Amino acid sequence: MKAVITVTGKDAMGIIAKVSNCCADHGANIVDISQSVLSDYFAMIMLVDIDKLNITFTDFVDKMSTLGKDAGLVIQTMHEDIFSAIHTI
Amino acid sequence: MLNTADILETISMIREENLDIRTITMGISLLDCASDDENRFAQNIYDKITKTAEKLVITGENIEKEYGIPIINKRVAVTPISLCGGNFSPEGYLKAAKALDNAAKELGINFIGGFGALVHKGMTRKDEALLSIIPEALAETKFVCSSVNVATTKAGINMDAVAKMGDIIKRAAYLTRDEQSIGCAKFVVFANVPEDNPFMAGAFHGVGEGEAVVSVGVSGPGVVASAIKRAGHCDFSQLADIIKKTAFKITRVGQLVAYEASKRLGVPFGIVDLSLAPTPAIGDSVAHILENMGLERCGAHGTTAALALLNDAVKKGGVMASSHVGGLSGAFIPVSEDAGMIDAVTCGALSIEKLEAMTAVCSVGLDMIVIPGDTPAEVICGIIADEISIGVANTKTTAVRVIPAYGKGVGEVVNFGGLLGYAPVIALNTNSPAEFISRGGRIPAPIHSLKN
Repeated sequence: MKAVITVTGKDAMGIIAKVSNCCADHGANIVDISQSVLSDYFAMIMLVDIDKLNITFTDFVDKMSTLGKDAGLVIQTMHEDIFSAIHTI
Repeated sequence: MLNTADILETISMIREENLDIRTITMGISLLDCASDDENRFAQNIYDKITKTAEKLVITGENIEKEYGIPIINKRVAVTPISLCGGNFSPEGYLKAAKALDNAAKELGINFIGGFGALVHKGMTRKDEALLSIIPEALAETKFVCSSVNVATTKAGINMDAVAKMGDIIKRAAYLTRDEQSIGCAKFVVFANVPEDNPFMAGAFHGVGEGEAVVSVGVSGPGVVASAIKRAGHCDFSQLADIIKKTAFKITRVGQLVAYEASKRLGVPFGIVDLSLAPTPAIGDSVAHILENMGLERCGAHGTTAALALLNDAVKKGGVMASSHVGGLSGAFIPVSEDAGMIDAVTCGALSIEKLEAMTAVCSVGLDMIVIPGDTPAEVICGIIADEISIGVANTKTTAVRVIPAYGKGVGEVVNFGGLLGYAPVIALNTNSPAEFISRGGRIPAPIHSLKN
């Protein structure tokens, strides 16, 4: 199973590092990253494998959200099923 | 395979266009709680509800978190209480209402529906006892919603029941006068009531349902309004296609949530209700969809046609997205819960007569309309009889949820807060239907050949 992590906010040093570290700490394997900085606005979409999480998925969602709040970013983690439900028949 | 555009579109639907799941509603049968002792009955229903729906709220919260989709309400709908209660006094039924309220409080749910009766052809003694205590039940509980079905296309209209509704609504308004007559917002009168509707105040668990069932009501008028706005000036075929595609996407979210909730709760999946349910928040309005189609204001001539198109396209798009569709499934037009409707009533563009016409082509009926506090009971009965006739003649569900706000006159604003919103008091035709209503008996079921 996979999840999509979206990170948006004002650009700053070390955003990818912080998010990646949090993923590694909790057993989420990064599968794909797409990232862009427009003006000084940072946006990243990350696809992670959550099969080997060492915490529950809801706790992982909370950890990521808290990490975002502490860093002044909005980090949202969503199960991939919602995207495939909406966009595939 | 996921792509960036799809991901961004989904996130924008949720964050900017207010896409949400309006409710996960668990239906619970209380038929096995029947007892001839009112205290035992109250205890039985409390025990069954709190046990069966024990994990409803936490399950809803977990799904909300994992999929990143807000789930606004978690609710319970039960068998109409008049069917499972014994031959109690009205006070006995009041105890049952309080037991429902306590169960809702214990579970942490937003509403519990089913304190009602099905009286479309006649009333039993139990029905009469329950109906007589509805105002007190609404005033003395916080979470309990009540509905009464007074007509079906097959049975006709029980005008004896309709005649009681005006007094029930007036008394509920009086008993909750310190809270803007909010009791009336928890009470709805139906024709052709669906037995699997997850939306309040009309949700109950039908007698043809199983032990328990999970149904989901979607929302998302903001998503449809944005899609129409983006499309610009296209023709009606294209407009219908845009609505269908958007309704498909919205309903798929509902189907996903319903499937997950059913699996995690170990309770069968019932239906997804396709209704576009608005909220008073900006960008979450059905009226704004109609205005984005090209009407200066909701209520302008052309509004009924626009709503008919919307309602039909929502169903066509939604049906394919879900394995089981049911409930009310259409577009809701509750005045106080829709920012565009509120504005339209405030500026005089939308009258109760136009709202009545609109209900002929969309789901449900006259909903969350604040009327003057001094409206006579028989005028309310007249409003109900008209609206119910539309449902009966057209083989569709219609309903009335009006609030005669105690002490308020036309133009004054009544604020219920939260999802129930606020609305100006709307003007009514005050000519009396008293003699008509007082005739008693039933209006016969309509003929369904010789259609015109």
